[in-house]
Amino acid sequence: MSAQTYTGPRRRGVGVALTTVTWLLALAFFFPVLWLAMTAFKQENQASSSPPTWVFTPTLDQFRAVIEGGSAVYVGNSAIATGVSTLLVLLLGIPASYALSIRPVKRVSDVLFFFISTKMLPVVAVIVPIYVIAGQLRVLDNIWTLVVLYTAMNLPIAVWMMRSFFQEIPVEVLEAASMDGAGLMRTLRSVLLPMVAPGIAATALICVIFAWNEFFFALNLTASRAATVPLFITSTMTSEGLFLARLSAAAILASLPVILAGWIAQKQLVRGLSMGAIK
Amino acid sequence: MTAAVATPAHTRSPQDARAVARAEGWRRRAPLLPALIFTIVVTQVPFLVTIWYSLRSRNLLRPESDLFVGFDNYVRIAQDATFRQAAANSVVITLGCVLVAMLLGILLALLLDRPFAGRGLARTLLITPFLLMPVASSVLWSVAMLNPTYGLLNWTLSLVGIPSVDWTSTYPVVSILMALVWQWTPFMMLLVLAGLQAQPRDVLEAAAMDGAGWWRTFVSITLPQLRRYIELGVLLGIIYVVNTFDQIYIMTAGGPGTESANLPFYIYQRAFLGFDIGQAAAMGVVVVIATIIVATLALRLIFRSFDVRE
Repeated sequence: MSAQTYTGPRRRGVGVALTTVTWLLALAFFFPVLWLAMTAFKQENQASSSPPTWVFTPTLDQFRAVIEGGSAVYVGNSAIATGVSTLLVLLLGIPASYALSIRPVKRVSDVLFFFISTKMLPVVAVIVPIYVIAGQLRVLDNIWTLVVLYTAMNLPIAVWMMRSFFQEIPVEVLEAASMDGAGLMRTLRSVLLPMVAPGIAATALICVIFAWNEFFFALNLTASRAATVPLFITSTMTSEGLFLARLSAAAILASLPVILAGWIAQKQLVRGLSMGAIK
Repeated sequence: MTAAVATPAHTRSPQDARAVARAEGWRRRAPLLPALIFTIVVTQVPFLVTIWYSLRSRNLLRPESDLFVGFDNYVRIAQDATFRQAAANSVVITLGCVLVAMLLGILLALLLDRPFAGRGLARTLLITPFLLMPVASSVLWSVAMLNPTYGLLNWTLSLVGIPSVDWTSTYPVVSILMALVWQWTPFMMLLVLAGLQAQPRDVLEAAAMDGAGWWRTFVSITLPQLRRYIELGVLLGIIYVVNTFDQIYIMTAGGPGTESANLPFYIYQRAFLGFDIGQAAAMGVVVVIATIIVATLALRLIFRSFDVRE
């Protein structure tokens, strides 16, 4: 399938056809996102017109309405839940993955099995007691409850991912560090962390995506004070009837951070999504 | 640790050696423990509480009803036709989404695995559905795409003379599947593409030299190589898609009636709209048991895929 295969006029014809098909499919897949973005720049009557409005004068009214319409609280909550939980994941996950790769504890695969099995535990199986316990502890509608839950949600993925990065470090590097008498913290800080920095960035990206997008816990455990960005979208949907253009603007703004991060870090994304299995 | 290891072995008594080994064991374990304990407390303790609740008749609206009822909640699940329907929907939605997304993902990955003008841009466009916030993409599908009056799908179909369809109420499960497949195809594509690009180029060139055609090369070299990546994609896809909630909550609210509820949504309804804690907890336990059975089979695959070494 390399370039050399496509030589001669017939081969070239096949190549052009395949390229055309690929582009058509790519545009078809992207089109709903484009349509959402276009709708965000319309007036409400153009947004829900039948037949659809294709040509219009773009307006920023909807974005202005979203930004001025009380979204700041939601964005602040999402920023705390995402940022702090990602930091906690790294803080707990980096030493743990070190203990599962470089200087391993006994029964590494049992521990890894345990971590991955918590990802298979359906969230619905624990939501009921979490809701009741959080109620008794008076931490319902509290952003720190989400911070703790998002940390637990992402930690297993992070441990698996970072372990795969640690395992790529050549043994010689570690031997040299221990010969020089460097302790655990020294070795971690000045030898290992710089080497796995790209891996840590990839891990953080995945944690940020999952925490930013999380809806189920946020829906059930928050009300007005601790509500996050996904809930801003659903509240726009229900409280004000159907303002499709404004809803689209909210959806685009809410997705923008993750879309941009994903576009920029495509390679890290693959590794992160496969929890480190794919290099 | 270097000092302890450097001590010649014959100068130490067996007790000393054991103490040193134990200390070394704890030194190795120490960095792991905070993460392990945190995960156990946050994920396992609530599950134990779930089991406890599942044996009680707790209802948040009737505090006096909190009694030990043994396996009553489980008996009621066995008689609950809606639960069976939700379980069936979970299977249909999960397998349907993962299989269709994987087939499309393989197709797109094969198309992207050849050089052409603007390949990077095409790939960027293709992964975008996966990056859109699931709540946003549910809104996009339920309103902008599938709305019966001004949705884009009905307009497109009207161009070829197909009359308007109220998608989310007539075909709720299909509607949810459309949104899910659209979201998960890029995920599968990325994994398969990584597999294609990890193919040893010399083997492919050798095959071309020997005059093997595209199909022959695909079946005897590419597919075996891709197998690991496909397994991984299916497995991770199942783990994520089985928990689908956002699309159902926003697009159909499990309706009409309970026709399109999957297990997460049905349990949510029982717990947060019906306040029936005991019943919802028992359903959670049943889901976990089912998951453990499936997962035990799946984990064998995952460990092979990840090449976990001791």
